[in-house]
Amino acid sequence: MRECKIVSSRFHLKGSHTFRVAKENGVYKSLEKVKGYIPLEIIEIIKESGLRGKGGGGAFAGEKWALMPQNSTKPSFLVVNCDESEPGTFKDRQIISQDPHLLIEGILITCYAIKARHAYIYIRGEYKPFQDILQGAIDEAYQEGLLDTCDITIHRGAGAYICGEKSALLESLEGKRGHPRLKPKQKEPEWFFGNPTLVNNVETIATVPFILENGADAYKAFGTQKSAGTLLFAMSGHINRAGVYEAEFGTPMMEYINYFGGGIKNGKKLKAIIPGGASTPILTAEEVSKATLDYETMRSLGSALGTGGMIVMDEDTCMVEVLKNLLEFYHEESCGQCTPCREGTGWTDKLVGKILNKEGTKKDIDKLLEVATTMNGKTICVFAPAVSGVITAFLTKFRDEFEVKL
Amino acid sequence: MSFHFSEENILKINALKKRYPSSKSLSLPCLWMVQYQEGYISLDAMDTISKIIDMPSMEIYRVATFYSMFRLSSSDKLTISLCKTLSCKLCGSDKILKHLKEKEVNIELVECLGSCGTAPVMQINDTFYENLTLETVDKILEELE
Repeated sequence: MRECKIVSSRFHLKGSHTFRVAKENGVYKSLEKVKGYIPLEIIEIIKESGLRGKGGGGAFAGEKWALMPQNSTKPSFLVVNCDESEPGTFKDRQIISQDPHLLIEGILITCYAIKARHAYIYIRGEYKPFQDILQGAIDEAYQEGLLDTCDITIHRGAGAYICGEKSALLESLEGKRGHPRLKPKQKEPEWFFGNPTLVNNVETIATVPFILENGADAYKAFGTQKSAGTLLFAMSGHINRAGVYEAEFGTPMMEYINYFGGGIKNGKKLKAIIPGGASTPILTAEEVSKATLDYETMRSLGSALGTGGMIVMDEDTCMVEVLKNLLEFYHEESCGQCTPCREGTGWTDKLVGKILNKEGTKKDIDKLLEVATTMNGKTICVFAPAVSGVITAFLTKFRDEFEVKL
Repeated sequence: MSFHFSEENILKINALKKRYPSSKSLSLPCLWMVQYQEGYISLDAMDTISKIIDMPSMEIYRVATFYSMFRLSSSDKLTISLCKTLSCKLCGSDKILKHLKEKEVNIELVECLGSCGTAPVMQINDTFYENLTLETVDKILEELE
């Protein structure tokens, strides 16, 4: 497997979170180059690199940046999404605790490109220890004079999964409940108190310095044609070496699992993997053997690459229990704004609970599928459709395990 | 009983106001300050925040009740947040829970803490305790007593 350390190049260094160590090892080097470009040229480079949003959606970053007005009369803002809450995902915390200056470098370039003077980093409330490390790095950057023309403010969330959805995040940043907003008809920037705003994931922004430093082609040299570059993929669950390891898109999934993860725990056989955070439909061991880690292949398998956080399950895992666990999560985390989601997550959770307790009937499985169908495509954000996809995948691929419990 | 922000927090709030286009953004930061200052968030404190950031009390209440990390009542016992989501469950969080239930602590089952690679995990007063075993749980609790 080809080594590729675009975001994680300094993770292994002792004291990598400090300005001194990071600086000695090349951080902020790209800022010199950036001065030689006008903002629009930087957006072109990002477009050219094929960089895709690394928070789960995989939208092309350059296209999003290009939506920001270059001559706005209102102030523009950058908001960095560090509300990492998708089960199975723990990559952004590695960046902010092991190389926070890389993120700051990325923020400075991005703000220059979109003409923003202030960036907010919205971080989940539970990440307080990592937030403190990041704040330490920001304080250092202020002392070094790096933030003279661009402010960075950390905004702490307080325990709401939905705030990882960018419009819910902005509502929360505006001091309100984290309720997702209606999507606009045409492509436009996000809005923070009516001001044009760009929202990007931590890892997306942390990839920007490499591209500016080495050029779009250097980034495109990794990955596949449509999924260019790398991602901090992660593994958890029944795996020998759980953790975050950067790899290029297109890497065969089994190769990744065996090379970095050292295979399944206790020498057991693989049963299934949830490939990209809990909200991506589950893959059977057979599908995993065919899968490569890129957006297109995952979609062709009826799942999604998501955040690249893989949850690995061995042959002894009860799929009814797993689905129950996930539905408890969704029931707890539904923001409650749309009825199909608020009611559907609770209803399906109850139905699977009934089946798990061997109190279910064939009718309950049908009902489960019916409710899942009703949850799809009728809500403001993609939370309920994702849950619908999760339920459907479990029932299609592991139906016998549900029926055995009836 | 009426609530007052500490002088230190008032300075913090005034500095923060300059960092946002509207003071309304300060609802979460202020709620956090109250929680660290008092241990929990009272209705009185919400009224105070309402005046400081120019947002109706009801709206502050809506916000405080939406986010799961805000505590709206006081507790004398140590509160442990144990992650119950999938990766932790696959790595044995049920056993940890059973063990914790025998102790004199408040157990709060929480959703994914973002420590899936170091599961099972619990959080006490912002600190993460990862790769838990029954033995390490005992040790951690002893040290905290």
